[in-house]
Amino acid sequence: MNRRAWNMSFIKFRHFFIMYLQLAWRNIWRNPRRTAVILTAVIIGIWSMILLGSLMRGIAVGMIENGISTLTGHLQIHHKGYRNDPAIENSITDPVVVENALREVLPKGSSWTARVRVSAVASNARHYSGVTLVGIDPVAEAKVSFIGTAISQGRYLNPGDHNGIIVGEALLEKFDTKLGRKLVLMSQDTHRENASRAFRIIGTFRAEMEATEKQFVFVMRKASHKMLRLGDGISEISILLPGKPDNPEIYDRLMTALPSEQFEVNTWRELLPFQTAYLRILDGFMWIWYFVVFVAMGFGIVNTTLMAVFERMREFGLLKALGMKPWWILREVLTESFLLLVTGMIIGNILAFICIYALSGSGIDLSALAAGAEYAGMTRVIYPAVALKDIFVSNLVVLLLGILVSTYPAVKAARFTPVEALAHT
Amino acid sequence: MKIVECINVNKTYQQGQIKVHALRDISLVIEKGEFAAVAGPSGSGKTTLLNLVGGLDASDSGSIVVDGNAFDQMSQSQLANLRLHKIGFVFQAYNLIPVLSAAENVEFVMLLQGVTARERQQRAKAILDDVGLAGKYDRRPAELSGGQQQRVAVARAIVSSPSIVLADEPTANLDSKTGEGLLEMMQKMNEEKRVTFIFSTHDKMVMDYARRLIFLRDGRLVDDQVK
Ligand SMILES: Nc1ncnc2c1ncn2[C@@H]1O[C@H](COP(=O)(O)OP(=O)(O)O)[C@@H](O)[C@H]1O
Ligand SMILES: [Mg+2]
Repeated sequence: MNRRAWNMSFIKFRHFFIMYLQLAWRNIWRNPRRTAVILTAVIIGIWSMILLGSLMRGIAVGMIENGISTLTGHLQIHHKGYRNDPAIENSITDPVVVENALREVLPKGSSWTARVRVSAVASNARHYSGVTLVGIDPVAEAKVSFIGTAISQGRYLNPGDHNGIIVGEALLEKFDTKLGRKLVLMSQDTHRENASRAFRIIGTFRAEMEATEKQFVFVMRKASHKMLRLGDGISEISILLPGKPDNPEIYDRLMTALPSEQFEVNTWRELLPFQTAYLRILDGFMWIWYFVVFVAMGFGIVNTTLMAVFERMREFGLLKALGMKPWWILREVLTESFLLLVTGMIIGNILAFICIYALSGSGIDLSALAAGAEYAGMTRVIYPAVALKDIFVSNLVVLLLGILVSTYPAVKAARFTPVEALAHT
Repeated sequence: MKIVECINVNKTYQQGQIKVHALRDISLVIEKGEFAAVAGPSGSGKTTLLNLVGGLDASDSGSIVVDGNAFDQMSQSQLANLRLHKIGFVFQAYNLIPVLSAAENVEFVMLLQGVTARERQQRAKAILDDVGLAGKYDRRPAELSGGQQQRVAVARAIVSSPSIVLADEPTANLDSKTGEGLLEMMQKMNEEKRVTFIFSTHDKMVMDYARRLIFLRDGRLVDDQVK
C-alpha cells in the first residue's frame, strides 16, 4: 500500500472509531434502566472481587506478620536437634560463636535476639497450667518480637527484674490473679531435676490470639539461666532482616558460617508451615472467587445485552440495508459493552478503594464474630492488603470475559437479515 | 441507460405448510432518470420486489442486474458494498438511527463511504436544505414530524448520488397533504438531480405522481404503462 492510501485508510479508521464510540455512548443512554442494571452488575462484581481479594490477602498478611512477630522472626538458629526435640539438652551452650557469626553476616539494619525457651508449668494457689517459659533480653527482644509493644498493664521487663514475670491477659484471667501477685514456674533443669522458682507478675501483655496470651510467660534471661542451671546457654536466636522477609543470600551465608553438624538455620516459611500453606492456596481461592462473581455478573450482562439487541433488531436491519457489514455491527455492539464495562470498572475500582481505605484504619474485628477463627491461625482483626497483581487480574478478568460474553448478543445482532428485521415493525 | 434489469425473477416464501408465491416471472427494465411506481394491493409483492432489487434478499430464480452488477455472482459483503455506494433506501417508517441527529443520520452513510469530515458536513447541510429541512440539522428523529423524518430519509438516500433510490411505500404513514409534499420534493430531486426513483404504493393519489406505473397482482406483473 502506498503512503497516501495508508494515510487515507488511517483517517477513515479514526473517523470510524470516533463514530463507534459516539454511537455506542449515545445508545448506552437510550435505556438508562438497562444501563444501570449492567453497570451495577459490573460495579458490584469488580468491587467485590477487589475488596474480598484484599481481605483474603489481608488474612494471609496478618497471619504471617503475626506469626513472624510471635517469636518466630525471619530466620531462627537452633542447636541441631532442637526442632525435633525442644529439650533443654538441645540448647546452644556457647552463644558467643553464633553471635560472632551473626555480626559478620547480617546486613545493616538487622535485629536479633537470643532466648531461653522451655516448657514449664505455671501455678498459683488455685490454678496450674502448662506454659512456655521464655527468658529474654528485654532490649534486644523488643526490636524483634511483638512483646516490646504489647504491654497492657503494669510494665515491661527491666534488666534489674530478677523475679519479674510478664504474663498474657488471658492467663491472668484464667488464674484469677492480678499484678503484684506471685506465680510459680516449674520445669526441668539441665541435670534433669525439677527446677522451680517464684516470680512476681509485673506486667501483662495482649496478643493477636488468645492462645498466645495463655502460652507465653516472659522473664529475664538471667533469671531463667539460674532457674534451669543453664549457664549462658540459649534455646534459639531469632533474627529480623531489613526489607523483605525472604533473603536467600543471607540464609546461605549463615548456613556456611555456622557448622551444620552443630546448628540449624530455618526460615519463617519452614517455621510457619500452616501460614505458608495458606499463602500457597490463596491464589486458588481468589480464582474461585473471581469465577463465582463472574458467572453471576456474566449472566446479567448476557441477558441484558441480548434484550437490548432484540429490541433494536429493526435498527440493525436498517444499518445492514444501508450497507453496513455484519462485522461492523458486531463491533458496534461490542463497543457499547466495552464502554459499559470500562465505566463500571472505573466506578467499581474507586468504590473498592474507598472501602479498603476505610477498613485500613481499624480493620475488621472478627473476635466477636468467630471465636473459632483463631484456631485457623487468623488474627483478631483483618486489615485489607492490596496486591497490584490482584487488582490487575480482577480488572482483566472482568474486561476480557465481559467482552467475551457480549460477543454472543453481538453475533446475534450481526446475523439479523435486513428483510427479517425490517418486517419486524 | 439501463439501471435495473430483472429477467424471469421468482420468489417464494414458506408460511408454515403453505408455499406463497410472492413474485412470479417478473421481467422489468428501469432506465436512468425514471420516476416509477410499483403499484398493487397489499400482498401483491411490492415489498418483495424492492427488497430483491435492493439486494436485501435473494431470488429463487431469474437474474437481477443493477448498474451492471449481476446479483447472482455477488457475495453478501459485495452486496453490502453495492447498497452502500449505489442504492438508496427509504422505508415506510423508522428509517433513521434514533440516537443521531438529522444531519448525523445523513452524514452516517457518507462516513461509511469514506467521505472526509468537512465534506460530509457541507453535503449533509446542503441536501437537508434541498429537501426543505434548513435549520433542523441538529434535531433527533424523535423531535421531527413523520413527514420531516421521511424527508431526512430521502436526503440520506440521495446524498451520495446513488444509481437508484428504492422507496417502499414512503408515504404510507403520512397524511395525504404531507405525503404529497414528500412526493413533490422527490419529484423535484428526480428532475433537478436526475436521481432514479422506484417507489411502491397502493394509493391512487401517489400513483398520479409517477411517470411510469408498474402494476403487480398476486406476484405477477399485470400492467406497465408510461405516461
Ligand atoms: N418473510 C416472509 N415470509 C413469508 N411470507 C412472506 C414474507 N414476506 C412476504 N410474504 C408474503 O409474500 C407476499 C407478498 O408480500 P409483500 O411483498 O410484502 O407484498 P406487499 O408489499 O405488496 O404488500 C404476501 O402474501 C406475504 O404474505
Ligand atoms: Mg409492502
